[in-house]
Amino acid sequence: MTEYAWTWVAIVGAGVAMWLVKALGHRVPEHALEHPRLTRIAALVTVSLLTALAVLQTLVSGREIVADARIPALAVAAILLWRRAPFIVVVAAAAATAAGLRALGMA
Amino acid sequence: MGVPVLGRLDRARQQAVSVSVATGAYALSFGALSTAAGLDLWQTLALSLLVFSGGSQFAFVGVIGAGGTPALAAATSTFLGLRNGFYGVALAPVLRPWSGARAMWGTQITIDESTAVATAQPASDPAARRAGFWWTGVGVYILWNVITVLGALLGQRVGDPATWGLDAAAAAAFLGLVWPRLANRTALIVAATASAVALALTPFTPAGVPVMVAAVVAVIAGWPTPRRRPGMPTAEAEVAP
Repeated sequence: MTEYAWTWVAIVGAGVAMWLVKALGHRVPEHALEHPRLTRIAALVTVSLLTALAVLQTLVSGREIVADARIPALAVAAILLWRRAPFIVVVAAAAATAAGLRALGMA
Repeated sequence: MGVPVLGRLDRARQQAVSVSVATGAYALSFGALSTAAGLDLWQTLALSLLVFSGGSQFAFVGVIGAGGTPALAAATSTFLGLRNGFYGVALAPVLRPWSGARAMWGTQITIDESTAVATAQPASDPAARRAGFWWTGVGVYILWNVITVLGALLGQRVGDPATWGLDAAAAAAFLGLVWPRLANRTALIVAATASAVALALTPFTPAGVPVMVAAVVAVIAGWPTPRRRPGMPTAEAEVAP
């Protein structure tokens, strides 16, 4: 199978898996999911994955760790999030910062 | 306030509409990032229709864009969506009993936002909780998919994603998604450790593996029962509006 076909398999697989995860909570008796270890791990996994994705997306190119225009862009995003700016503004400002610095040849 | 149509709706439905619009707007960046990562329009739309969980979809295209395998992309997406499994528990008392098509759709729209709006209504008013859940879930589902297509069409015209800063936009999107969850100190420490480990592994492992290792670090950190109770995150506390 081609890479394109495998991507389709992964998309449908991810969709089915997500539906099953969502269904789990609706199906099981309440006490079964109230185990503190489970709720603790679910919360930590979410925060860790999102943080790792943000860090890697900022610092990694291919398999190399590099410092470029993405770092100031993420700093701008962090300031805007701290100032409670809407999500779409944060994302657009980060893109504009990186694009602007690159256009000016600064990073 | 000032919007006549919104003014005629009750509190739960007003919140549902505002949250749907605000959340739907993220889909523009998702669609653009997905096509910039190399997925086509139909694959991008399929992710929104089938996976329908923002963070997981961003993660899926992030892994693909970084050169990871489709299998790793699906695994990362599923790991990130595990929290959705807990929302049904919180919602069950007001949504049960349900069956057939209603249960199928209700399951698909069990996400951060529908849970947040539902549980934000008074516990004494199950009808408001139900309205909050269905209006938010269906509202986000429609807008999320329509705006995904717009974003994907936009992304296809972009050329080199870096020229437009789309790589930085993806990083900012992940930061924006995690931001409301970082208030908890334990979570912050575990997330920082997991990220450091993932970064250290990057030069030596295939793309996508470091992110999965970050999840494993979180599982290991969450396994032992903490000696001091306060400060640990719970499924309820992590529902960000």
